[in-house]
Amino acid sequence: MSDVIISVEGLGKKYAIRHQGPRSRSNYKTVREALSQGALSLATRWSRRHREAAKAAQREDFWALRDVSFDLRRGQVLGIIGRNGAGKSTLLKILSRITEPSEGRVTLRGRVASLLEVGTGFHPELTGRENIFLNGSVLGMARAEIRRKFDEIVAFAGVEKFLDTPVKRYSSGMYVRLAFAVAAHLEPEILVVDEVLAVGDTEFQKKCLGKMQDVAASEGRTVLFVSHNMAAISAMTHRVIMIEQGRLALDDRTEVAIARYLESASSYAGFYEAPDRHPDPPYISRIYIDSGEPVHASGQDMTLCFEIRHPGPVTQVCFSFQILNQLQQPVVHCWIFDSDAPICRSGTVTELKCRIPRLALNIGSYSLKTFLSEPPGGRLFERLENVCSFTVEILGKQRLFPWRPEETTWLGDFEWSVGNDQSHSPVYEWSIT
Amino acid sequence: MAELIIEAGRAEKNYWRDLWRYRELFYFLAWRDILVRYKQTVMGIAWSVVRPLLTMTVFTIIFSRVARLHAPGAVPYALMVMAGMLPWQFVSSAFSASSQSLVDNANLVSKVYFPRLIVPASSVITSFVDFLITLGLMALMMIWYRAVPEWHMIAFPAFIVLAFFAAVGIGLWLCALNVEYRDFRYIIPFVVQFGMYVSPVGFSSTVVPDKYRLLFSLNPVVGVIDGFRWSLLRGQPLVWWPDIANSIWVTAVLYFSGVWYFRRVERNFADVI
Repeated sequence: MSDVIISVEGLGKKYAIRHQGPRSRSNYKTVREALSQGALSLATRWSRRHREAAKAAQREDFWALRDVSFDLRRGQVLGIIGRNGAGKSTLLKILSRITEPSEGRVTLRGRVASLLEVGTGFHPELTGRENIFLNGSVLGMARAEIRRKFDEIVAFAGVEKFLDTPVKRYSSGMYVRLAFAVAAHLEPEILVVDEVLAVGDTEFQKKCLGKMQDVAASEGRTVLFVSHNMAAISAMTHRVIMIEQGRLALDDRTEVAIARYLESASSYAGFYEAPDRHPDPPYISRIYIDSGEPVHASGQDMTLCFEIRHPGPVTQVCFSFQILNQLQQPVVHCWIFDSDAPICRSGTVTELKCRIPRLALNIGSYSLKTFLSEPPGGRLFERLENVCSFTVEILGKQRLFPWRPEETTWLGDFEWSVGNDQSHSPVYEWSIT
Repeated sequence: MAELIIEAGRAEKNYWRDLWRYRELFYFLAWRDILVRYKQTVMGIAWSVVRPLLTMTVFTIIFSRVARLHAPGAVPYALMVMAGMLPWQFVSSAFSASSQSLVDNANLVSKVYFPRLIVPASSVITSFVDFLITLGLMALMMIWYRAVPEWHMIAFPAFIVLAFFAAVGIGLWLCALNVEYRDFRYIIPFVVQFGMYVSPVGFSSTVVPDKYRLLFSLNPVVGVIDGFRWSLLRGQPLVWWPDIANSIWVTAVLYFSGVWYFRRVERNFADVI
């Protein structure tokens, strides 16, 4: 069928995890390691059984992606969801030819452009104008094409006045706007987008969403869209695939898939753990609730623990998190910045515990959104969304009406005093604490 | 419409076509490196003139005054040093730049697809620009000393090409190895320093004893330097044809094996970088 533009059959990607003590955490090896490995395999060369045993002891295969198959037609927008480390990014990397699959095949009928991260190839010392050309050509645009769209790109980003300023002097908002503008004006048959919408202000996000919808609907292009933002997924797509532990867990209409996703998210309640990886950039390896229960009693103290892995002592780390309600609105924001209290200044693992006294949330389900970054203007190391979800219950308090999550998010203490026209002093006082 | 199939271990038939299609990226990366080169420096491009000039002065003093070496023919020693330094600085800075280039552009490699060969190849261009500037300096010095080249000069471009391939060949090897084994970051400055002594930069190849000659000429830069001197200056011996032949085949082996090795490990770059 000529209408199928992407066809993925039995795709798999295997990584070998080496077991060589703590040093093998890093991805690249040193010559010494390679030589000693070589010597080892030489020594065991004569016995086949030995060799295999030695190999098995040294490495373990990890399938980041396995048996993934789907077809996509021209003009469709496909959402890809799954938790962190499920294999979404690996899939996108294979589709955009950055890395090679270990098995299976992909047939692409058209040019692929990927927006795995906006601003790829931007150079801080170069001006906005220069970066438009550089970034455009990195993304696969011809020079003539960039020149033709130049004005459009500049207008979309709204940086006319700063075209000849080095981008290192740009605000982070301007930087991202310019980067997205270049990418949005590519004209590939297939566009791969990963989490770009989490950047910029709301107005710009709307503009980006609009642009992507245009690209799909009116220009007949195919879009693969990865996001943790269910609102964006449901606005953009009609069909979603969900990836769980490297496998295709679901391929269905958007509503069905989102419902399944949220349901499965709650089964990981109260806990988050990232697969091991190289700690540069730093990342959050574990989040848990100190009580060990994914249930919080409203009004009690709550302690959240975060484990950060970093390559060594790092200065200027900023960490913050938000508690989000079911509507993905932030209701609590807590932060710790290195400038106030030094963190990650020694060792390679830092554990942060945040105690929030008398956390009086209303009943309902909540989740965390975390940010690990350098100070404003610097790099964003990691952003996690919808992790470590938990529910809030109200214990030991009764009222006439049942408690309802939609009434409020915050359920703080309050006190009443009731008076009437027959007495100056309150008749009685009533409070809920 | 072009159909592209991605499969495990599939040798990409259209790699060389892709390389051609991405030729603009090659220009842009080279252009970026040149633009960025002397940003936020006071002297700017003057550094490209000052560095070879200072090195040349020091070498001339050490080798000619202190070590009492002579240049063959009636050529001023300074000119001979300059003609040797010209290719050496180009080759050494080109292969150090290209060996570091992929690691420096790690964010590109792990985020977008393009034939990776473009990155080390384009990084050689910056060194080539420096080379052209130094060449201008050489021309000025030749005018100053009234040194008119012989007919040999027509062979000069061929030696530039030889220098180019030697630089790219060494660069590709080091670049591909550096992605996986970061030891090479420490090895490269050592190679450059070491290479300076085993190449006839400050002295003429004629002072090398005959019994070491063959070994000496296995260094591909030796043939390049001798060729530069022979084609630019008067009365310089081409030393030995075997020298040049050695240089050519070593360069060819380095270049083709470099491309082969690079292509072989290239597909895993994004996973290990």
